[in-house]
Amino acid sequence: MKAKVKVTLKKGVLDPQGKAIEGALGHLGFAGVEHVRQGKYFEIDVTETDKAKALSEVKAMCEKLIANTVIENYDIELA
Amino acid sequence: MDPGFRRDDRNFGTPHMKSAVVVFPGINRERDMMIALEAVTGIAPVAVWHTDTELPKVDLIVVPGGFSYGDYLRCGAIAARSPIMTDIRAKALKGLKVLGVCNGFQIITEAGLLPGALVRNAHLHFVCREVKLEIENNSTFFTNRVKKGTVVSCPVAHGEGNYICDEETLKSLEGEGRVVFRYTLDTNPNGAMNNIAGIVNKAGNVIGMMPHPENMIEPLHGKTDCRPLFESLLAA
Repeated sequence: MKAKVKVTLKKGVLDPQGKAIEGALGHLGFAGVEHVRQGKYFEIDVTETDKAKALSEVKAMCEKLIANTVIENYDIELA
Repeated sequence: MDPGFRRDDRNFGTPHMKSAVVVFPGINRERDMMIALEAVTGIAPVAVWHTDTELPKVDLIVVPGGFSYGDYLRCGAIAARSPIMTDIRAKALKGLKVLGVCNGFQIITEAGLLPGALVRNAHLHFVCREVKLEIENNSTFFTNRVKKGTVVSCPVAHGEGNYICDEETLKSLEGEGRVVFRYTLDTNPNGAMNNIAGIVNKAGNVIGMMPHPENMIEPLHGKTDCRPLFESLLAA
């Protein structure tokens, strides 16, 4: 089973990289960019075949390592 | 060859501060830290490898600076989960003194020993320069030989030293005098909240700081401003 995990900065946490990307898009002439927030994406292949069990396992991975829940949120999608 | 540092004979009456410096792959300031500790305490620190599972009997653990695991995932994130950290966390909770410097601050914060997080510098650049730090709490094991309000020069070298935490944490850090080191107004190198450069945990035995005091203790460093910090260890 494959877990697709998105990690994003929590609302209110300053994202200087997103700001820099926002500025660069402006330089490229994309006038319609209002706001950019950047994040991380992970693909984790797990041997577990039971969806519920896989989800709780990947959730534990996120809590313990993949995300820093002080500043980041995570979102898991199983496929 | 003269290593360029002098032992401080004033402190050699009863050398008693035994320390260990933790080494992770990608750490590069462990030697500077070990030299500083030995120069002031008179006892050579023990180097502890990240895969060790038990700490030697020491009074102080120092997690030094560098780029553990190439800053992969988040600065300090992988190192914070290495085998030796289990024992460090357990003993820190029982009162063992822990000092984290730069990447070491990031590592012990990722390990949950200190609140908040260190994120990308607000201006996105790596900073390597001298800053000025005000010592706001002189009752800690690393500042007890310095007068409150003293301003010392200290170098910084980091890309992710921007300290952030939620409002409640900030309130308790400020309210309980747990901001130990603060960048003076015009020298904040990274955008850290409230100019925070270093903090201490509630129990008072875990200190984390972004600047590198180990690099400002010998005349060859240009200044010796941070030597009293290491001398504080002798009274602790």
